[in-house]
Amino acid sequence: MSQSGFLIHSNDPIAPSVFRMVVEAPEIAKYRKAGQFVIVRPAGGTERIPLTIADADAEAGTIVLVYQVVGKTTAGMAILPAGGELADVAGPLGRPTHIEKFGRVVCVGGGIGVAPSHPIAQAMRRAGNYVVSILGARNRDLLIMEDEMRAASDEVVCVTDDGSYGRKGFVTDALRGMLESPDTTVDLVVAIGPPIMMKMVSLLTREFGVKTMVSLNTVMIDGTGMCGGCRVKVNGETKFVCVDGPEFDGHGVDFDAMMRRQRMYVGQEKDSYEAFLRDHGCKLEERIRELKRG
Amino acid sequence: MAEKLTPRERLAIEPVPMREQDPAVRRHNINEVPFGYSPDEAMREAQRCLLCKNRPCVGGCPVSVDIPGFIGMVAEGRFHDAALRIKETNCLPAVCGRVCPQEEQCQAVCTVAKSHKDPARSVQIGKLERFVADWDRVNSTGVDSAKPAQSTGKRVAIIGSGPGGLTAAGDLASLGHDVTIFEALHRTGGVLVYGIPEFRLPKAIVEYEVDGLRKKGVKIVRNMAIGKSRSIQDLLDSGFDAVFIATGAGLPWFKNIPGEDSLGVYSANEYLTRANLMDAYNFGDGSDTPIKRGKRVVTFGGGNVAMDSARTALRLGADESIIVYRRGEQEMPARAEEIHHAREEGVQFALLQDGIEILADENGWVTGVKCLKMALGEPDRSGRPRPVPIEGSEFVIPADVVICAIGNGANPIITEATPTIATNKWGNIIADPETGKTSMTGVWAGGDIVRGGATVILAMGDGRRAAAAIDEYLRTGNW
Repeated sequence: MSQSGFLIHSNDPIAPSVFRMVVEAPEIAKYRKAGQFVIVRPAGGTERIPLTIADADAEAGTIVLVYQVVGKTTAGMAILPAGGELADVAGPLGRPTHIEKFGRVVCVGGGIGVAPSHPIAQAMRRAGNYVVSILGARNRDLLIMEDEMRAASDEVVCVTDDGSYGRKGFVTDALRGMLESPDTTVDLVVAIGPPIMMKMVSLLTREFGVKTMVSLNTVMIDGTGMCGGCRVKVNGETKFVCVDGPEFDGHGVDFDAMMRRQRMYVGQEKDSYEAFLRDHGCKLEERIRELKRG
Repeated sequence: MAEKLTPRERLAIEPVPMREQDPAVRRHNINEVPFGYSPDEAMREAQRCLLCKNRPCVGGCPVSVDIPGFIGMVAEGRFHDAALRIKETNCLPAVCGRVCPQEEQCQAVCTVAKSHKDPARSVQIGKLERFVADWDRVNSTGVDSAKPAQSTGKRVAIIGSGPGGLTAAGDLASLGHDVTIFEALHRTGGVLVYGIPEFRLPKAIVEYEVDGLRKKGVKIVRNMAIGKSRSIQDLLDSGFDAVFIATGAGLPWFKNIPGEDSLGVYSANEYLTRANLMDAYNFGDGSDTPIKRGKRVVTFGGGNVAMDSARTALRLGADESIIVYRRGEQEMPARAEEIHHAREEGVQFALLQDGIEILADENGWVTGVKCLKMALGEPDRSGRPRPVPIEGSEFVIPADVVICAIGNGANPIITEATPTIATNKWGNIIADPETGKTSMTGVWAGGDIVRGGATVILAMGDGRRAAAAIDEYLRTGNW
């Protein structure tokens, strides 16, 4: 009776605890647009989690998911081999990024937020924008997809917290420099990364009156507007990230409330993950170590 | 048992109650509440039916089940025949026997009830339907005597696998059409699997009924949100001759009161979906989906979904589960049986009260609900007395989980992607009440996406009427 799952073509570490999975999902590969996401349920009994589509190949019928191991569900994905399956992948979901010619667009990607920035940078450039990408990470090892972003952008600036690669500092430092520069104007900022980064970027661009879109990744179940678990306040109104977003005007988002809600299940998530590590910890470490063997 | 009884003898038989789990026990488990009739009990209850000529019950049923027909067979012990008779018009009898509001439909107009001048003494049609479906599930050979229909070569796409979609699929497949259901979730059944709790409708029963459709040749594609991937037009362009939209409710309403984004505040949809579809009852033991197990749970609302939420909270370990409803018990939209079951299990009812603020601690977790007492005023547009706040009556109900079960708006996915389909000001699809026809040629709609929030059986009725209209369109080509 069961419909077969979604074939995993490859699933490799690209940075410490960060994996890039190529999955066969022809329907999604054909219809997805920049900014959209999928809901993944890796196996029976697991959670349903939203993951932004980092790339797709309509001809090959595959999509690319870049994810960081942060708990049981993502750890469970990391130990799946090429040739294995994801039980369920539903999508594309959410509204696509609004693409038009704005002029100069700065794409700010922090951590694994670089992955969802990639199709947006590509689409913005195709629409005739001058695309500047700021890629940020804690350190050199965690900076992902630099080559792909260089190919998709007119300029790339890399920033690490510890200065181990590119400029030392935060993405906001690099962005401030651009916003303050008398030579250029920034017409749009698209910021995707950890909530605190998106909050700081939005606070900064508000000072300069520059329109800023952020892509939110809240807790979801169905991803189609039924449960309301993903709700956020935007300009004082309740919005559902899954159907009204995932992109919103960063200047209107109540980031503090959103970050608080993201912590709702911290205790249970930790228990789940620890139980997983007791059973599969070695396998997970083995997978993460593959990175060094290259 | 089959000897002929006089009407007087039939009227003298007391209604046969259905045995149930003890409330004190069942509030701690998710097993179904009623046990169902034994064959003897069912035959005795069936003897109460007068088999009257005017058959008002059939007219009271949204899918026109031949009620006296099947009950007469039960009285004679012909349970399999009774099951086939029901299935002629109802492809989900085990579901309907459990969740239909019979007291407002078939049983409300039952001649036996009228003779006794007591609606509670009607023939227990729902319980008998449930018995027949359950008996047949356990005892039938799985071979439906109905022959597969001659294939018409016509293809129908159905969007959504809830009660409306499943009913339309069953009818259309029986008529020989090639039916594909597209479901956005990973599991088939819509509200029957994500919304209605196990203790009211065991998932295994839904699975059995869905398997029955598969045996009829219905194809089911999961993980597919039509409108985001393929559009309705794509379906029509790629070989489907007709489309039935039955995507159900969406966008849960919140009260728009301060504190609603606190931790521990759920929509009923989310709370029930975690518990049911994602099996959060078994978190850490087969399920990874967490749920906050509150000790004092407040549910806003007075409908069946509010009862389901409050009763689910008990099963997740709440010491106290409190329904806060702004009108009185008479005005509650929930079925009397659901209110009765909830009360038996210890759910408390805070009536004529309304939440005006959700209070939280410094970490954002819910600590309570600030309420106002209400009085009933003049009837409003819904015909029910309008609740009027009593000034200065504020008080606080302590709580660590709050559930909003106050209804749903329309799901926007299909309508946003399909501007050809006309919607009303609330975003619900406008469909002809007789046929389910939308403003787009070849496209029908029914259930909550049209009605905005109704019942399983009304969605099934819509599915049935749409299937008949679709069949006519496919045979004649007349839109």
